[in-house]
Amino acid sequence: MEPDNQKKIKEIAEGNGNGASSNVIVVLGASDLEGALISAETVTSGDPSYTGPLAGVSLGLPVYHILEPEMKEVIPADIYEEEVGIWLLSVDTESLGKEFKTIREKANN
Amino acid sequence: MRWLEGKTAIIIGERDGVQAPSIAKCLEAAGAKVLFAITECFV
Repeated sequence: MEPDNQKKIKEIAEGNGNGASSNVIVVLGASDLEGALISAETVTSGDPSYTGPLAGVSLGLPVYHILEPEMKEVIPADIYEEEVGIWLLSVDTESLGKEFKTIREKANN
Repeated sequence: MRWLEGKTAIIIGERDGVQAPSIAKCLEAAGAKVLFAITECFV
């Protein structure tokens, strides 16, 4: 994840950005699972590449992927289909959901 | 269950995946507030 974005997320999570910190979630859109999992790790346990502001910083934010079944369930079907429907054809959303659920459980959220 | 309602979201989209504006529309339609949204580009 780009260092500038890590910095912004850190500010928000620490309540120094635009307010709210306790109700914050992170939602990803990466199409490859590996990239998505690296970003997820960055916002939960810290930047695994140790290059950005989140290196060694465990924010523990609840992280989701937009293509997870949990997301699909609560987003109006017509909008979901229009915005992300095409990706549902090429991504294994069930596996994605399981991976992200495991990450959230590890981070206790 | 409308668990997204009232949540504050940070969105990290991807140019070659789902881009941030699309994710934002989905989340806002489900009642979440978008605080920060960016589309990353890996080359």
